[in-house]
Amino acid sequence: MEKLINEFSVGLFFWQTLLFLVLLFLLKKYAWKPILNAVNEREKSIEDALNKAEEAKKEMAELKSANEDLLKEARVERDEILKEARTLKDKIIAEAKTKANEDAERIVASARESIQHEKMAAVTELKNQVAVLSIEIAEKILKQELSSEAKQSSMISSVVNEIQLN
Amino acid sequence: MQGKKIFKLLLFLLLITPSLTIASEEVAKEENSVKSEIKQDIMHHLQDAYDFHLFTDKTTNTHYGFPLPIILWDNGLHVFMSSKFHHGEAVAESKGNYYKIYHNKIYKTDAEGTLSMDENHHVTNAKPLDFSITKSVFSVMLISLLIFLLFRGFAKSYKKSHIPNAVGKFMEPLVLFVRDEIAIPNIGEKHYKKYMSYLLTVFFFIWFINLTGLTPLGINVTGNIAVTFCLALITFLITQFTSKKDYWKHIFWMPGVPVPMKFVLAPIELLGVFIKPFALMIRLYANISAGHIVLMSLVGLLFVFQNWFARGAFLGLTLFLSIIELLVAFLQAYIFTMLTALYFGGAVAEHDDHH
Repeated sequence: MEKLINEFSVGLFFWQTLLFLVLLFLLKKYAWKPILNAVNEREKSIEDALNKAEEAKKEMAELKSANEDLLKEARVERDEILKEARTLKDKIIAEAKTKANEDAERIVASARESIQHEKMAAVTELKNQVAVLSIEIAEKILKQELSSEAKQSSMISSVVNEIQLN
Repeated sequence: MQGKKIFKLLLFLLLITPSLTIASEEVAKEENSVKSEIKQDIMHHLQDAYDFHLFTDKTTNTHYGFPLPIILWDNGLHVFMSSKFHHGEAVAESKGNYYKIYHNKIYKTDAEGTLSMDENHHVTNAKPLDFSITKSVFSVMLISLLIFLLFRGFAKSYKKSHIPNAVGKFMEPLVLFVRDEIAIPNIGEKHYKKYMSYLLTVFFFIWFINLTGLTPLGINVTGNIAVTFCLALITFLITQFTSKKDYWKHIFWMPGVPVPMKFVLAPIELLGVFIKPFALMIRLYANISAGHIVLMSLVGLLFVFQNWFARGAFLGLTLFLSIIELLVAFLQAYIFTMLTALYFGGAVAEHDDHH
């Protein structure tokens, strides 16, 4: 310890302190600040670039998955539409069929009805015709039978005879 | 941690060197002179110096290097070059005052350079206030300038592009290391920013200084207690002045423990406040000093041994330890910064009193 104290040089201590503080000040101003700033800046820019790349990658992936989703959705929609169309088609056809059947039945029924009507009308007319004709025929026969006096007297006599028989 | 290992190794070397050197009686004398010279060189290297000494040619006794300015305050400013001392052999005169270097310290003397000693062989001469640009101060200046220019260029290169220049490519991971591995885990996301400048400066300062200590220039800055004291003091001051209420509460009135314990803990915690930076100071100083001692001892051993096999082995060992020291240079900078960040983290921590 005594040797150390003995060895201690005030002059050297003075110069060392002075020079070191000057060096510290100069380096701080002209070296450390610009160096650390430049390094920080560079590190920051590298980090930024990396972050941006990562983001772009993520965005790309997102875009891709979105595209896929879209495609999938479109496919599903298409399938749905197709399915709907098919069912609609079937429905329409079925409806049309039933309607056609119904129509046909209704037409047939009305036709049958009108035929019946016509038939009845025709029968009625025929009956009337037959009645008129029978009266005309009966008139003509009567006219012919009772055209002479003899015939009228024989007729009367036969009717009277018949009545007498009774 | 690393220091302990190195001390162990040093101890091991100290134990084996005598057994190896007593082998030959004849060369013992010569060896002793070589050994004392090496010892002197090491001691000399560990201490600060008034001139930048590179090497000495012993045959012609010429010193290669360059003098540095001496700045003294002794009732007036005295500035002169250290060459006036002629490597401590001469008395330097300045404005009518005379100065002499004795054991690496400047004393005020008379024209003949007489030093009066007390009974403990301590010099009793007056010491002027010494603000000389010593070798360590000069090194700190150079390295600070180098650090500033390097990092200034590095910072500027960001203006052109996101990618830094060549220096930046090497340094940026270290800056990020200090931020992500030292500052954020120890201080926390919320507060770390205001400490970054200090942590980075202290980290690179210690590391660069430690590395230059491993060059053949023979600089030993962080092995000076004044330098590590300065760094530890700044850490200490920043810790105290940026601390939050919780920090002081945990020192003086530890929550969640019985009241008698609070009285026991308070002085311990208070002592810890000072011990922490003190440990920082000693750790760095001891590790770097020990590293220098070990490396220089090993280099010195190359000259002690006459045996080529031993020389080869020690060359390998020296090389290996030099590489270890490169690691230690970094490790000590890291540990100092890490612990500093840890203390800062303690100062700003927000406890929810979960004790």
